[in-house]
Amino acid sequence: MKAAVVVFPGSNCEADTAHVIGDVLQEPVEYVWYATAGREALAAYDCVILPGGFAYGDYLRVGAIAAIAPVMEGVRAHAERGGLVLGICNGFQVLLESGLLPGAILRNASLEFRSQWVHLRVEDDRTPFTRRYREGQVLKMPIAHGDGNYFAEPQTLAELEGAGQVVFRYCDAAGRVTPAANPNGSAANIAGIRNRRGNVLGMMPHPERCSEPLLGGVDGLGLWQSVVAALVQV
Amino acid sequence: MNVTDGQLREVALSRAEYDEICRRLGRAPNAVELGMCGAMWSEHCGYKNSKVLLRRFRAPPEGPASSRSAPTAGATAAPPPAGRVLIGAGEENAGAVDVGDGLAAVFKIESHNHPSAVEPFQGAATGVGGIVRDIFTMGARPVAILDSLRFGPPDDPARGARNRYLCEGVVAGVAHYGNCIGVPNVGGEVVFGRSYSENPLVNAMCVGIARAGRLVSSGATGTGNSVLLVGADTGRDGLHGATFASVDDPQASHRGVVQVGDPFREKLLIEACLEAMDAPWLVAMQDLGAAGLTSSVVECASKGESGMEIDVARVSRRETGMTPYEVMLSESQERMLVIVRRGQEGAAQAVFARWGLHSDVIGQVTDDGMVRVMEDGQTVAELPYSLLTAPPLYVREGVEAPSVRALRERDLSTLPVPDDLNATLLRLLAAPNIAGKQAIYRRYDQTVQTNTVQAPGGDAAVLRLKGTPRGIAVATDGNGRYCYLDPHAGGRIAVAEAARNVSCTGATPLAATNCLNFGNPEKPAVYFQLQQAIEGMAEACEALGTPVISGNVSLYNESGGEAIYPTPIVGVLGLMEDVTRHCPSRFQRSGDVIALLGDTLEELGASEYLEQIHGLVAGRVPEIDLAREGAMQRLCRAAITGGLLRSAHDCADGGLAVALVESCSGAFGLPADDAAGAAPVIGAGVELPGSWLRMRPDAVLFGESQSRLVVSLAPEDWGALVALAGEHGVPLHRLGRTGGERVTLAPYIDVELARALETHATALERGLRVTLPAAL
Repeated sequence: MKAAVVVFPGSNCEADTAHVIGDVLQEPVEYVWYATAGREALAAYDCVILPGGFAYGDYLRVGAIAAIAPVMEGVRAHAERGGLVLGICNGFQVLLESGLLPGAILRNASLEFRSQWVHLRVEDDRTPFTRRYREGQVLKMPIAHGDGNYFAEPQTLAELEGAGQVVFRYCDAAGRVTPAANPNGSAANIAGIRNRRGNVLGMMPHPERCSEPLLGGVDGLGLWQSVVAALVQV
Repeated sequence: MNVTDGQLREVALSRAEYDEICRRLGRAPNAVELGMCGAMWSEHCGYKNSKVLLRRFRAPPEGPASSRSAPTAGATAAPPPAGRVLIGAGEENAGAVDVGDGLAAVFKIESHNHPSAVEPFQGAATGVGGIVRDIFTMGARPVAILDSLRFGPPDDPARGARNRYLCEGVVAGVAHYGNCIGVPNVGGEVVFGRSYSENPLVNAMCVGIARAGRLVSSGATGTGNSVLLVGADTGRDGLHGATFASVDDPQASHRGVVQVGDPFREKLLIEACLEAMDAPWLVAMQDLGAAGLTSSVVECASKGESGMEIDVARVSRRETGMTPYEVMLSESQERMLVIVRRGQEGAAQAVFARWGLHSDVIGQVTDDGMVRVMEDGQTVAELPYSLLTAPPLYVREGVEAPSVRALRERDLSTLPVPDDLNATLLRLLAAPNIAGKQAIYRRYDQTVQTNTVQAPGGDAAVLRLKGTPRGIAVATDGNGRYCYLDPHAGGRIAVAEAARNVSCTGATPLAATNCLNFGNPEKPAVYFQLQQAIEGMAEACEALGTPVISGNVSLYNESGGEAIYPTPIVGVLGLMEDVTRHCPSRFQRSGDVIALLGDTLEELGASEYLEQIHGLVAGRVPEIDLAREGAMQRLCRAAITGGLLRSAHDCADGGLAVALVESCSGAFGLPADDAAGAAPVIGAGVELPGSWLRMRPDAVLFGESQSRLVVSLAPEDWGALVALAGEHGVPLHRLGRTGGERVTLAPYIDVELARALETHATALERGLRVTLPAAL
């Protein structure tokens, strides 16, 4: 597997992501600067990751400017080719703004930034990002965002649910999806969704922050291992 | 120039200081020069009231510095910590210590109190921005922020709403800035007390990691090299910020002195400047902070023992019609001065442009010792940097306020012991200073950069150093109430406690930074506090082997003529060789032995308990014996490195009883909505040693005797710990066992653990809630 981590001017999780792929998984990984233009810009990579951060300071709607950055043409083309695209936190916001995933992100219902560990229930273990998990498995991951409140029109939500595109949901330790376990007010406790084809995943929690025992948890590791396994099969 | 009293007031210079400037200059300064002198001679930039006292941090009072080879009792043996210091206090923008593998930890703490009193959100945000710039200016990547905050009580009947507003604004500002730039906020403290009501304290510490051989200096060298101003355009914001911070009563000043921060631009500066570090064209870097372009130019010229000529007409402006005076004194944020080799300006500007940053070549390095300011070829100011860096230094006489002595001598033996000690413990757990701070810290990104091994809520934050087996531990501390009642003891305890917190993780404290928050030093009682606190801190730093390598002074923290409690904040950084062996603060397993390192004395004075339960700020500050403190910390580290301890937690505010509850839950408690609680919550069953039952029960439970830790260990390791404690000459008391669903301290306390934790975890959030009108 060869991964690209896109760097917007205000990305701040690009090094964390590259560290997990390069140092923990020992897989090749490169940074791609946001100004890299062209449909073929990312053709050399198997998996493209939009990392967390504040791409352009996010003084405007989160992800709105990044969604029209030059590199996004290549990201879109990569997705269309069937390549894997993963958006984490700010990267998820960018995928929503660019239309690669349906719905939108609002400010957290608490109107405050939230940095904490949450429980997630795996809703779909057949995506290239989740094959190392099993459906219903409860994961523990950190979140750190002020805008993580997933929103979609009722019809879009129904389509997402109908097509099984919800990949992760906030839950309690026992796997129950409850309002108390929802850290940001997201519709249907949604923490991560995929596109219909299954090759684009966006999620608010940070798997790269829980892939080494020293950091308090390794539940993120399964996601990276799934991606590597999926690409080896290809 | 015939200067009026009004003009002098505006630049915060006395008539005598003005005369001194004229004498040294051999002429009267013009208006621009006067403004530059005022800013550089302000307390904030020039340390004129504190510099003589601060020398104490570098050498003991008697004899030359070389006499330090005779170590103070309790000093650590090996390795000599001074050998770890790469950059000491006052040498550069921040101090640096060697943390092995060719890496240096660069750190400093700084205040932004006055702006935060006027505009809490931007005041705090720019406070974070300023200290972060101090760190990356030196070529270090910022890896951690810690905040030491002080506010008035949230439940104050008269000023509670204002206090909550200030707290909310400051916390939101810290979160806004730090989260955006992607530097985790890993620690610090939040303390509430009446003396801070109109004058909150916002101290921010930043730690950076650099390659030890590649630290960037601020010294401008090489005549003819170019001076580049990078980052934000210059506006009228923040004019007179430095002088504003050097007078009392922030309410009387103008809101316009507060700057507005742009963390996105700061993030661009961080990345661009760290990229520039490796460029052949880079000579020096210096951020623009207090007193803006004036102090940066003076700093670069004096560090480089050179000179500098700049043209303000080349400075990009945010608004039209700015005078040279305004350009030189603007404190617009997110700007850097970069000294570039002559002829390579284009290469330098290209790096900054790639990061979307504007830059202007505004001048050049000279060799005549002068700071020359031009406007379109006309000289508008010309001063020797040596004048600007050498304000008159004042040594005053400090006299203790008799009222404080009376408070300290107060007889506490007649105070009634509460009938219901269980209820007293629950009240203490709900007190704002003891209650869990998760409601505040969950708003700061604690895990970005993936180095956070122990997050806020432990005794000290633990961060791994990627690519090495090592880790660093960092903590801040400072108790205003102790320092008010006894600044000498309070100063010692501030250092001891910060170092103790670091030792609790297993790390060896290497060095310290401090921020001295005091009132108006022209008052003898305040000067006395400053003098005594510095003496106490210096003694503790020597005894514990943590030299002061950086710091900041914030004086004139007063409003309505009343000073804040003297509040020196100490930050200590420590190093551990194997980060996987760090010791947590919380109990890890049921059935472990609970023990106390150190001894409990009958000390009620100056405690949180006295203030919360009896409404008293009085009595003697707990005794602090630095030799005993050092021995206890060495024992703790040796026990952790030897694999004997499963947890270690400092006894501080609220004494042994509170420390025991915190050992069950972590100091921040466990909010129901946070899945962080990997380890199950474990209760504690303690039986107090018989000899302690002769003392007052409230002193045993809630007294704040120093040099004590609550530790837990596997029962089979007890014998080894007893032997190790014997070797170190430290008292050790076996108290009981972990486990169960209650916290007991027989014969006095027996509470349900869940209830204690619920109270502790949720009290602050309830107390800080800002009541919104029903319409919202």
